[in-house]
Amino acid sequence: MAVAVRTDNLRKVYSSSPPAGGFVARPDTKGGNQSKAKIPALDGLSLEVLPGEIFGLLGPNGAGKSTTIGILTTRVRPTSGQAWIGGYDVWKEQTQVKRLIGVVPQRPNLDFSLTAREILVFHAAYFGIGSKQRSERADALLEKFQLMERATHMVRGFSGGMMQRLSIARAMMHDPQVLFLDEPSTGLDPQTRILLWEIIREYHQAGKTLVLTTHNMDEADALCQRLAIVDHGRVIALGTPKELKASIPGGFLLRLRFGNQTPDLLARLQSLAGVREVRAADNTGADVYADRGGSLIPEIASLAASAGAELSDVHISEPSLENLFLHHTGRSLRD
Amino acid sequence: MNWKTFGAMLARDAHVARRNAIQLFLQTFLQPLLFVFIFGRVMVGSGYMPAAYKSLLLPGIIAISMAFTGIWAVAMPLIAEFQWTREIEDRLLAPIGVAWVAIEKVISGVLQALAAGLIVIPLAWLVLRPGVEISIRAPFSFALIILLVAIFSACGGLALGCTIDQQHIGLMFGMVITPMIFFGCAYYPWSALKTFPILQKAVLINPLVYASEGLRATLVPQFPHLPITAVFIALLFFDVLLLCVGLRQFEKKAVS
Repeated sequence: MAVAVRTDNLRKVYSSSPPAGGFVARPDTKGGNQSKAKIPALDGLSLEVLPGEIFGLLGPNGAGKSTTIGILTTRVRPTSGQAWIGGYDVWKEQTQVKRLIGVVPQRPNLDFSLTAREILVFHAAYFGIGSKQRSERADALLEKFQLMERATHMVRGFSGGMMQRLSIARAMMHDPQVLFLDEPSTGLDPQTRILLWEIIREYHQAGKTLVLTTHNMDEADALCQRLAIVDHGRVIALGTPKELKASIPGGFLLRLRFGNQTPDLLARLQSLAGVREVRAADNTGADVYADRGGSLIPEIASLAASAGAELSDVHISEPSLENLFLHHTGRSLRD
Repeated sequence: MNWKTFGAMLARDAHVARRNAIQLFLQTFLQPLLFVFIFGRVMVGSGYMPAAYKSLLLPGIIAISMAFTGIWAVAMPLIAEFQWTREIEDRLLAPIGVAWVAIEKVISGVLQALAAGLIVIPLAWLVLRPGVEISIRAPFSFALIILLVAIFSACGGLALGCTIDQQHIGLMFGMVITPMIFFGCAYYPWSALKTFPILQKAVLINPLVYASEGLRATLVPQFPHLPITAVFIALLFFDVLLLCVGLRQFEKKAVS
């Protein structure tokens, strides 16, 4: 029985507190609220993840992806709004929620006092799994994640990739119904990334729900059945990768640069056959959304020549999530 | 309340403590035993200290060992685990309320402090003998005192460990632990401070005073000590206070 995930109008505002805290009195805890810097992370985020799907949260750094995962995994208190895993309210029924979820954090948070195998075995013990079963599962996962020969080593000396693999193995130890992966492939070499993708797909085939965040469009495109594009703490677009890409006017994006650009030129570009939308990009360029790519270039070049504007640079991109993000926000995902 | 999870977290702490046993043993007992040797054997043996000082010193050494062990056992791992690696996260994600994770740390600290108290008694006795005159005439009071001392040390460790950052550990020793030990009436009875009346009142905010005086009252009642009822009340007060402060700080750190 697969489990759904839902959020309703989640808001989160962090009160910034100095990283060095505690022993030295914090000046901003006394002087009222005026001096506290409020950092909004989520601004009314609502979404619904269907049971048994791979759902992606795509967005640039600071968009609110990790805060969303933090709230859904009981680690962040929402300022307002609600979230549910299955039928359980995440904030009010934390223990039941924690039984259903597995979490792979953005930064490995492995227990440095234990060996790789002990990390898995103790994790299973926290979830009340019997000793024979947890030992068998630990061996199976160590084997699967190619960590067997380091099983009895303390994890302090592990490479980033090994820690990441062990984090994923740990999250799977109690066979959770919903697996959260926050930027799972960051810092992984291509080989390990392929292993990770295989494991995610396999877990999904076992009927589990997966929620992952990424700012990698290829990953989102390759893995996710549905995606939410998040920016400034809100969902700005939602759908399957195909639907989302189809929602870009025309599909193709031609980023043009001219020596000098006139409003007249933009209007004439708009009138070309197949052009859906033209947007001025600063003073020397234009972003043209069209339903064809390279075949437009000769027409654009002659149009530019007749308008007295020399075409100096052209970049054609095919339908992609990057274009989608750019279309919705006016910014590149990598900005 | 989920006992399986709680038990597994205790087992994890016991496992880590066993792995670090030699290091824990040295850091807990070396300093008090050297102190016992110098003041109880060298100073007494050479006649600079009266022989009775041996018996006076022993309860204080037990109190210090227990307090230090409990604070250390809870505070140091918490400080490390709440750093940016957030190692404690796997226990915060275990199917149990967040406050129980803190209480498990306290129980683990209490057990370690009790073990330290029970180990240091024969060790110190071996170093000091002959001439130590201790007797457990009220075993129930003694048991209650060491339990309350163990709880105060573990709760103190929780409060400190969730309040200070790694870069302030040195400051914690300089500003909290060291004054606590020296003004904790461990090396002298509280009544010895009567020539410093202000100081004598001021040290009453130090829970270690009640630990030392309480152990003195139950082990070497021939020396002056605070009334045992006052000791019970004060230790109970500090146990509750430090537990409440510790839990509050823990939840603040655990959930953002």
